[in-house]
Amino acid sequence: MQVLHIKLLRELKRLWAQVLAIAMVIAAGVATLIIGIGTYQSLAETRSLYYETNRFADVFATVTRAPRSLLGRIADIEGVLEADARIVQHALADLEGLDEPASALLVSISRRGDIGLNRLHVRNGRLPETGNGFEAAVSEVFAKANGLRGGSRLRLVINGVRRDVTITGIVLAPDYIYAMAPGEIMPNEGSFGVLWVPEPNLAAAYDLDGAFNSVSLKLLPGAPEDAVIEQLDRLLEPYGGQGAYGRARQTSHAFLDSELVQLRAMSQMLPPIFLLVAAFLVNMTLTRLIALEREQIGLLKALGYSSAAIAWHYIEFVLLIALLGLAIGLTFGTWAGNEMALLYARFYSFPILVFSRDPALYAIAALITIGAAVAGAVRAASAAARLPPAVAMRPPSPPRYRRLLDAGTSRLLPRLRQTSVMVIRHLLHWPWRTLGGILGAGSSVAILVGSLWTIGAMEFMIDYTFNQTDRQDATLSFAAPKPGAALYEVGRLPGVLAAEPFRLVGADLSNGHVSRRVGISGRPQGTQLTRLLDAQLQPVSLPDSGLLLSKPLADLLDLGRGEVVVVKLLEGHRKTLQLRVAGVIEGYLGLAAYMDIDALHAIMGESGLISGAAVTIDRAAQDELFALLKASPSLGHVSLRSIALERFRETMAQNLFVMMGTLVGLAGIIAFGIVYNFARISLSEQGREMASLRVLGFRKSEVAGLLLVEIGLVVMIAQPLGWALGYGLAAGMQRGFSSELFSMPLVLGPEVYASSSLVVILSALIAGLVVVRRVDRLDMIAVLKTRE
Amino acid sequence: MNAREPLPRAEASPVLLRTSGLSKSYRMGEFEVVALDKVDFEARRGEFIVILGPSGSGKSTFLNLIGGLDMASSGEAWFGDTRLTGVREAELTRYRRAHVGFVFQFYNLVPSLTARENVQLVTEISRDPMRPEEALDLVGLAERMDHFPAQLSGGEQQRVAIARAIAKRPELLLCDEPTGALDSRTGVVVLEAIAKVNAELGTTTLVITHNVAIRVIADRVVNFANGGIASIEVNTARQAASTVGW
Repeated sequence: MQVLHIKLLRELKRLWAQVLAIAMVIAAGVATLIIGIGTYQSLAETRSLYYETNRFADVFATVTRAPRSLLGRIADIEGVLEADARIVQHALADLEGLDEPASALLVSISRRGDIGLNRLHVRNGRLPETGNGFEAAVSEVFAKANGLRGGSRLRLVINGVRRDVTITGIVLAPDYIYAMAPGEIMPNEGSFGVLWVPEPNLAAAYDLDGAFNSVSLKLLPGAPEDAVIEQLDRLLEPYGGQGAYGRARQTSHAFLDSELVQLRAMSQMLPPIFLLVAAFLVNMTLTRLIALEREQIGLLKALGYSSAAIAWHYIEFVLLIALLGLAIGLTFGTWAGNEMALLYARFYSFPILVFSRDPALYAIAALITIGAAVAGAVRAASAAARLPPAVAMRPPSPPRYRRLLDAGTSRLLPRLRQTSVMVIRHLLHWPWRTLGGILGAGSSVAILVGSLWTIGAMEFMIDYTFNQTDRQDATLSFAAPKPGAALYEVGRLPGVLAAEPFRLVGADLSNGHVSRRVGISGRPQGTQLTRLLDAQLQPVSLPDSGLLLSKPLADLLDLGRGEVVVVKLLEGHRKTLQLRVAGVIEGYLGLAAYMDIDALHAIMGESGLISGAAVTIDRAAQDELFALLKASPSLGHVSLRSIALERFRETMAQNLFVMMGTLVGLAGIIAFGIVYNFARISLSEQGREMASLRVLGFRKSEVAGLLLVEIGLVVMIAQPLGWALGYGLAAGMQRGFSSELFSMPLVLGPEVYASSSLVVILSALIAGLVVVRRVDRLDMIAVLKTRE
Repeated sequence: MNAREPLPRAEASPVLLRTSGLSKSYRMGEFEVVALDKVDFEARRGEFIVILGPSGSGKSTFLNLIGGLDMASSGEAWFGDTRLTGVREAELTRYRRAHVGFVFQFYNLVPSLTARENVQLVTEISRDPMRPEEALDLVGLAERMDHFPAQLSGGEQQRVAIARAIAKRPELLLCDEPTGALDSRTGVVVLEAIAKVNAELGTTTLVITHNVAIRVIADRVVNFANGGIASIEVNTARQAASTVGW
């Protein structure tokens, strides 16, 4: 081993704490990169393999009733590889041990489950068969939530008739990775499930022999989706086609996609911050190390070492730190990424899991890390290389300080203690380093603000959705629209305290080329349970005519108040008409459009039909009501607010908050790394002065105070900067998170800033106290005998 | 403070500093190195003492102990009624803060503070200090007090250090090789400043040096050798610092 290498290793050993602190910041950056992108890649690959293996369709459409003979013509559409027709129906379910009514989506399967599109993956048991009574396979999440297994029985109200259904097996399906009941905003595994039933049974039950009401298409590679959809719509139109759509608007796919998008957004934002901080730390530490080794550098040069050899020596020092950080980051990142992928895969019930080990990702991580570290070192190393030996072997000229203000001006300011003056002048003497420290500490505040805000935003959204707008206890959705008088029946149900009707009509809203399928919700004026609010949370009254659009929908269609939207109704006479946008209201979940119920009736050309009712319930009579609802054949679906709320929180806890703990830890590492290195270097520079102060009679606490005040100033100035950066980060993440299903309000309460600052200040304090212990060890005697 | 001219003898004044059997030894590996061996010493109020000796004679160790910078291995040291041996570190800090002024070979000024501010650094933590300007005036630096150390010559820096040491009106001024880093001419100016402080403020002054030429300005000269006091000379006629040269 070369002598310089021995020196290198000894330096690393001597400075192990600083080296480790920098390596940890590097590791944090590498880990976020690997966890985020790695998990994203794993999930994306897993999903795509799952889709491919189980032949997930590309285009989907629902019709009222179409003859099977139409399927051949559909398959003949240019660009279609395969067409598959099914019967899909909603039914009420009565589950043992579940008080509230549940509902199920019944999906037909052909006699053989291994042909066609959207094939099932049998987890256990077998697929249902015709002729053995009424058999069904059940979705895994629903089975797990309700303890169902092969042989379990449950009771369904199928087309108004009660039937006992026997479960034959537990299955997974690519088109129902997420299954959501109509009108729900989040999957509710406990009270909504998908059941696959042999087609003849379902056809018989719903009087759909030789017919279907749902069709899926697999397209040829490169086939134009829009053209296929257009032709499919034309074919289905006479049969009550409700408009075909691609994967992007298939609920399960879109939901999964929005989560993957969130994951990617998160993983692209953070690593650059960590790596920038790491580069700064490397620069700061190396500059000081070189200053301390100035005479050694002169000596080495005098002995004949070349400038390049000296520069390379210091670059090697940095490379070793980077490699250490890389090793920790890759190891931890790979492990945590696997755990994360497992967590997600379990959550999504993927039948398979592909761990992505993309060598390119690892190579990129290594390259950027080493690049960042070397970039941080280049200036210091080349400065060392440039020193002529004769100059290097002389001590550096003493630092030249200067007054910031002339004596006259400074007399006008409050008089500071000289120790405070020392601190301020020292910070200003190294402006770039001070700025770097402030930016570094600020970035850890920013990371926290940029992640912790989601908790408050969630709570805001929950409050907005469940306390401010949808204040009902439950929503009853009829299987088919009923006359307005049905509201009185609902009102007379036991335990129902209040009921408000609604009419929900599916429609395609478009502006130019952009089109979205939504349900237009018709409501009476002045409803109390379900309210519409503007951005300031003030109630908005429904206009007599025209539509209110939720903000995400209005943004998507690029429409504002007073503009005209083309509405193609998907029910009744299926008219296409132009409506005025009467206003835009807030809304975070899904895309929504609202109308006055009478105005909706008018454009539908119907009188007084309602799709269901929002109700408040007397808890005392709840059980009686639920029992009745379970048995009520005409009721399509009941969604309970308390369950929706619980599920919403659970889903969020699982998907988003898992990251929070990690991020708090990572931000803590940055703050510690910055402050620790900053303080160590400051102590190294001012150690002589501090020891002199001790000789002059300053107490340890007073001398330690110099260091703590210096760190304190840096950390304090970093706070407002961190808040501002954090707000920007939050805004970026909010944009990254937003999907058509889900957008987060950018609300940052004072508690977000306060808790972020607290975490950083605490880490800084710990780092500061660790360094301050070294003040105790200052050698007062040595300082008297040596020249700096 | 009254200026006391000509230089009086301090023999009649009370004893300010006293050591008996003061010893210090270090462990170096397996060896025990005795740096200071049972030193008995007294310094009276207002006395000007020069401590001479070659490197390793124990004079710096002695200064460190009586300055409260180090702990003795055995023996006692007293400052008036205050015991300096066997006490906690915080007590020594208090002692240095209240009673001792230090002047070092390499000045040890804070580079980020001007001359005046370096003096203020100490006056801010003292009970009854003189004004920083007054202290700087005493060492002849009234004109340069807004300069940073890097803008001052070595001799000027050392005089700032003296001003800083005496601004709190210490009873004891300890100078460790104060002219060690200076040329003869500048060194003399510094010695004059120290002698002036001793004369005008009556501060008991101990100057450690290996520069024999300085002996003539002291009341007493204490010669150190091999970790102990080898001899003590009393100057019957002190000379002015301006007469010294080397």
